[in-house]
Amino acid sequence: MDAMLYRRRAATNYLILSLSFAATGAGLLVLFLIMWSLLRNGIPALGFDFFTQNTPPPDRSGGLLNAIYGSLVMTAVATAVGTPVGILCGTFLAEFSRSSKLAMTVRFINDILLSAPSIVIGLFVYEVMVVPMGHFSGWAGSMALAILVVPVVVRTSENMLSLVPASLREAAFALGAPQWKVVVLVVYRAAMQGMLTGVLLAVARIAGETAPLLFTALNNQFWSSNMNGPMGNLPVVIFQFALSPYADWQRLAWGGALLITLAILSLNIIARFLANWSSFEK
Amino acid sequence: MRRQRLGDTLFRAVTRSFALGVLLLLGAIIASLVAGSIPAFHAFGLGFLFSTAWNPVKDAFGALPAIYGTLITSLLAMMLAVPLAFGIAIFLTELCPPLLRRPIGTLIELLAAIPSIIYGIWGLFVLAPILQSTLQPALIDSLGEIPYFGVLFAGPPLGLGILTASIILAVMVLPFIASVSRDVFLTVPPLLRESAYAMGATTSEVIRDIIIPHSRIGIVGGVMLGLGRALGETMAVTFVIGNAHHIKASLLAPGTTISATLANEFTEAVDQIYTSSLVALGLILFVITLIVLALANYMLWRMGSREGA
Repeated sequence: MDAMLYRRRAATNYLILSLSFAATGAGLLVLFLIMWSLLRNGIPALGFDFFTQNTPPPDRSGGLLNAIYGSLVMTAVATAVGTPVGILCGTFLAEFSRSSKLAMTVRFINDILLSAPSIVIGLFVYEVMVVPMGHFSGWAGSMALAILVVPVVVRTSENMLSLVPASLREAAFALGAPQWKVVVLVVYRAAMQGMLTGVLLAVARIAGETAPLLFTALNNQFWSSNMNGPMGNLPVVIFQFALSPYADWQRLAWGGALLITLAILSLNIIARFLANWSSFEK
Repeated sequence: MRRQRLGDTLFRAVTRSFALGVLLLLGAIIASLVAGSIPAFHAFGLGFLFSTAWNPVKDAFGALPAIYGTLITSLLAMMLAVPLAFGIAIFLTELCPPLLRRPIGTLIELLAAIPSIIYGIWGLFVLAPILQSTLQPALIDSLGEIPYFGVLFAGPPLGLGILTASIILAVMVLPFIASVSRDVFLTVPPLLRESAYAMGATTSEVIRDIIIPHSRIGIVGGVMLGLGRALGETMAVTFVIGNAHHIKASLLAPGTTISATLANEFTEAVDQIYTSSLVALGLILFVITLIVLALANYMLWRMGSREGA
């Protein structure tokens, strides 16, 4: 009787643990499968032309130069706009008002914005920028991406600033420094690496975002460095080319997909290394 | 001295105004969506929510197929993802050798870093053909034969459709649920866990009787967070759902979601009522996800505050 109970418990345990082992295997397998199809289909597309030619008309060869350029510019502008906003907001939460009602509300709303559907952000920017301006533009695309940067940077910079030991602040105060100097010259410097991690993660987050660009930056088949007009960008080009019936376009879409994924995964890995170095818990 | 104090006041005011800006942003998003959807609600009334019409030529629009598609794909995705995510969290906290915990955890989290569009292109060209030739015929031949229940798996294996979209969504939300669950599992005090082991409990009994009861709120929060993500996911779903504005009982049939409808049709919508109907869809999506995400964050926040106690 006891032996049977024991055997049943051992069997249940074995079953549960095997299932959890299998679940982890399945997750890793999917990652592997995605990477494998990206490499297999993407590498043949990456040639000299891929980086030097603009997006071609159907059934012609070409590259993704204009789309790569557009993505780089819009990501850069979005990061440049979103980062200071995020850091200042994070500073308020961590340095000035840790547990006031306002801070709690901002934290709560920020966590919601962090996971809010990006396509709705695109709609919002369409309503407030594209409609009044009368046309799609690179600026509108950048703003949509900037709105996605802010919550990521707020979250990480608040966390990183809170990790800075209070003794550092107290030492600076004891020397007679005003609070703004303590924050800017001491706390920011101590939390620099951590905040940089947050910015890198934000860049990784927006680099592949497609939905908010669909009706803000739209797309542009030709070379355009005019931020005030529709602008080519990698994600939307991948979307259009992948769903097209032309083999050349589909090949370019896979190439673009591989390029974006490699860029984003490397950003993530670099960010993780930075975060490990900067932790104060050593 | 006075200048320094002025600097302090100024700095505090600037950071405070940016913090207020985040609140205003949410308000502005809601306001602009409401303003944009007024013509649609004016034309169709609340019937917009329950109508299955979608005819741009006749200017007749209804949200029900898209709402149905959004909810059913997300729910199916959760049914697939939650058990897997718990499995992964259990593996990482209880089973995995400490040396491998970090690398494996990182690899799972990298699944979350892969952009939606990559899942889309992979789902369309790799996963859908595989499902079309293996899983879907198998489902039709087995479960599809069961009376009543079988309608869920009726019809030809198209590859694209609700089921494929749900599977892709499940993979996409898996890392979120897994990493939140792992984090809340780790908040269980070692003392409780060790006491249970000392009384002779097996690992599965410790999980069932100690870890899960202790982290229940956090787990629900993590699942809701995943649900919030799944509801708003756009590109991956757009690639594989088939984009058909109707409600079919079969999970193998094509359908649409709110986000996929927006991605496909927004730039093509020319007249005002069409655009406004799409914005109204966006508003509905935003309200649903706001509620889900607010509940999720509330639960995780309660979990976090208990951890400190």
